[in-house]
Amino acid sequence: MTAGPASSNVLEVSDLRVEISTRRGVVHAVDGVSLEVPRGEAVGLVGESGSGKSMTLKAILGVLPPEAKVRAGQIVLDGVDLVPLPTSALNRIRGPKLSMIFQEPMSALNPVMRVGWQIAEGPRVHLGYSRSKAAERAVELMRRVGIPDAERRFRAYPHEFSGGMRQRVMIAIALSCDPEVILCDEPTTALDVTIQDQILRLLHRLCKESGVSLLFVTHDLPVVAQLCQSVAVMYGGQIVEQGAVEQVFAQPCHPYTLGLLRSAPDVEQVRASLVPIPGSPPSLISPPAGCRFHPRCGFAELDCTEQMPELRLLPAGRSTRCLHYERCLEPLTAEGAAR
Amino acid sequence: MSAASLVTVAPERAQARKSGWYRQPALLVGLILLAVILFMVIAAPLLTSYNPVTQDLGATLTGPSAHHLLGTDQLGRDTWSRLLYGGRVDLQVAFIAVLFPFVLGTILGSLAGYFGGWVDLIIMRVVDIVVAFPFYVLIIALVFVLGPGERSIYIAITVVGWVSYARIIRGEILVAKRQEYVLAAQSGGLSNLRIMGRHLLPNVITQAIIYAMSDIVQDILAIVTLSYLGLGIQPPTPDWGSMIANGQNFLTTHWQLTTLPGLAVVVTGLALSLIGDGLADLLRPGQS
Amino acid sequence: MTGPEPSMPPEGVALAGPVSNDETDTGPLLVATGLKVGFPIGGSIAARLRHEQRVLRAVDGVDLEIERGEALALVGESGSGKSTLARALTGLVPLDAGEVKLGGRVLKGGRRSRADQRRVQMVFQDPYSSLNPRLTVGGMLHELLRVHHIVPRSEVDSYSRELVRLVGLDPDSLQAYPRQFSGGQRQRVAIARALALSPGLLVADEPVSALDVSVQATILNLLQDLQASLGLTLLLISHNLAVVRHLCDRVAVMYLGRIIEVAPTEELYAAPRHPYTAGLLAAIPRMTPSNEDEPPAVEGDPPSPLRIPAGCRFRTRCPIARERCEHEDPELTAAPGRPAHVAACHFPLERPASATAPAGATTKEQTSPSPS
Repeated sequence: MTAGPASSNVLEVSDLRVEISTRRGVVHAVDGVSLEVPRGEAVGLVGESGSGKSMTLKAILGVLPPEAKVRAGQIVLDGVDLVPLPTSALNRIRGPKLSMIFQEPMSALNPVMRVGWQIAEGPRVHLGYSRSKAAERAVELMRRVGIPDAERRFRAYPHEFSGGMRQRVMIAIALSCDPEVILCDEPTTALDVTIQDQILRLLHRLCKESGVSLLFVTHDLPVVAQLCQSVAVMYGGQIVEQGAVEQVFAQPCHPYTLGLLRSAPDVEQVRASLVPIPGSPPSLISPPAGCRFHPRCGFAELDCTEQMPELRLLPAGRSTRCLHYERCLEPLTAEGAAR
Repeated sequence: MSAASLVTVAPERAQARKSGWYRQPALLVGLILLAVILFMVIAAPLLTSYNPVTQDLGATLTGPSAHHLLGTDQLGRDTWSRLLYGGRVDLQVAFIAVLFPFVLGTILGSLAGYFGGWVDLIIMRVVDIVVAFPFYVLIIALVFVLGPGERSIYIAITVVGWVSYARIIRGEILVAKRQEYVLAAQSGGLSNLRIMGRHLLPNVITQAIIYAMSDIVQDILAIVTLSYLGLGIQPPTPDWGSMIANGQNFLTTHWQLTTLPGLAVVVTGLALSLIGDGLADLLRPGQS
Repeated sequence: MTGPEPSMPPEGVALAGPVSNDETDTGPLLVATGLKVGFPIGGSIAARLRHEQRVLRAVDGVDLEIERGEALALVGESGSGKSTLARALTGLVPLDAGEVKLGGRVLKGGRRSRADQRRVQMVFQDPYSSLNPRLTVGGMLHELLRVHHIVPRSEVDSYSRELVRLVGLDPDSLQAYPRQFSGGQRQRVAIARALALSPGLLVADEPVSALDVSVQATILNLLQDLQASLGLTLLLISHNLAVVRHLCDRVAVMYLGRIIEVAPTEELYAAPRHPYTAGLLAAIPRMTPSNEDEPPAVEGDPPSPLRIPAGCRFRTRCPIARERCEHEDPELTAAPGRPAHVAACHFPLERPASATAPAGATTKEQTSPSPS
């Protein structure tokens, strides 16, 4: 955890632990995650399925499924810890300060409610706007997110919009009460490339214009490279590496990040071969002893199996959970070694 | 390229389902109850020495006694043995009667769902016509026309009962045939018949089986009702329906003659319903 | 990767050859001309009888050639018709018009004869629904091998073992059910199933889209190895241009039911001629970030396939559309001196990185085509 004046971070998550009780045992979905989201910045949270990234977002917003509980940790938004708050207090914060956009806009939007009123709902409930004032704001937001013919489309229903347009509607809803942080759960994964491009640029513009922060969850590394200033890599419910985007991707300090970079084809250059990460994701009920990644790690040594490594600070504001991170520097670039 | 060894990703899930069946209270109670009932009707010769048909006009309408466990009816026939042997008949007919609509409905439903188009149109219109009639009205009318007796019961129940299975299977197939493994089977050059029988049906049949459990209950009730009306199982063969009908005249004096067979019907129906519910919970798709 | 004869796989087992009794030995393996596939939408029974329904033209006049042993990619976004085209080639969807010839032999659109059905096999996108949950892997393979008489009965079991070994699975996988496998392993099974019939053409419809990133590499490597060792001809459907660049020799780009550009891979990425292709390439997020303040590469939404624009279908979103584009539907024309690179545009981009190229062109300049 880097030190810094609390006012420069709009959101700070400390040692968050989320457990899900199932018949087979307790799933440690989020196991000691700490994050900082500075004001006006976009922070990427990357990982594959089962890494715990979506659960982290849901815990922050307080929309965990009933079987999941926050067991420990703090979620400090603008100086207020959200974890102990009752739902009524949380509802006053969700919307005005914290909102979320989802992967599937069709299931996140109410199919029987006109789009304009869905956008206007937030200001009416949280900001006390009158009907007409809220409607005006909704139209203005629709223009801001690039929906053409906004006044007419106010009265449209979600099914009348294309996928990209629905995503814009969702962004408008998320912006409606001028939040400080928008949590993004894979919002562009289901979109076509050209539409994704539009949405990413829109988010970038909105960040710059209004100073809202983003916590952007995805498995798609280039998207993070495009949009975010810093990135945290998750594996097995934990953060294994953190730092500025350019640095982490150019010179990873964790074998898992290195593995991700080497196994994905790069549109900018053809590599001789892709190097997959052997093995499969760890069980979150009974994870491996010591470092969670060691069964799949080419650099693993004896001490990796003994104790769970802590997240250590490195120069330039980076951190890593790998005891032997220098080994990642050996192959030097993200190119796969010749087989 | 290294050979990837078999990763058993979710053996726990399969195990949980298998070990779960005896943890379902409804299923367990229902099965136990049914087992007891079946045992009693199958072991009837062991449990009573009386022939259910033999009349003993010297000992009519006796109450429970040392000789006759539950007394006799107005023709001197032993009630307990009529209860047991009557159960045999009713249950046997019900279990067999549920098979014909099951098979017919499944076949027609599969054809309708898989091929769509005109086949679907025609079959579903026939379904609509049958469904328009109230169940009992149609059954009674058919049996009346065909003449009373066991054979007519089978025919009537088949003609009326297949539609529910057809609808269920058709619905399941409409969804399942969009699955990619069906497309894969088609691209593999397998015949439609093979795809329907080997690939689709095993995956959709569970819903029909669950429905069949509740259908048996309905069939038992239909058989008992028909017999009560004199249209079903014909005397002298014992059966619960005719026992109820015969006993009603003596309700005030010998209530057991009509009440006990009625109770038997209720308990049997309860057992089968519990099994149906338990199975439905157990086999519900998508259960984690 | 370009040999016309299938060579022996590494294990030393001769896989049964593709059906080849009437194949021509030279020339492209697959030639498709004038393909059209449409889906009627809605309408009452009366309208259906009068043939007055609206038709969704998923594939609207496609000509395609695939060379023996090559890996051709079919890329496009949703609504482009690439999946429908793939299914039409595989015989899962009937053709409204046009002809498909594999090795000189005409293949029907809809349900084909068993021998014809063998010749084009498909690997599907979703590993979780493309395997019958009630059949073991061995059961699946045995059924196909027996129904098509690929090998004598006595050899079915050993042949199945070789098939799963070919895709990198243990022989005991044959006894397992799909639910016991991970996503990546299921795709291996799907590939084994597709190869069981020794097809002439393997169509892979987004084979890695549903898999985690680190697992995608194993399947891509597998496809690459199989191509090299078996001389497999591969048609890869994908929306992921990074995967395509890694795996394929040539790329065909589809938009709203038509192929609008075809070129060898490196040439397409370095110097696309169609504005849509250029926009598509520019829209891909990169690890080395480009200028995010620029406007998006392609604006607006694609038109509905129910209302395809007259003239050039891309003109509603094209940055360089002119009057001619409203009236004339462009044909695929070759670049001067480069017959292998065709594009359907009246004003194709002829220079690799120019002032008229959309945003992101700077990153392309850094990429000099390197031999893969």
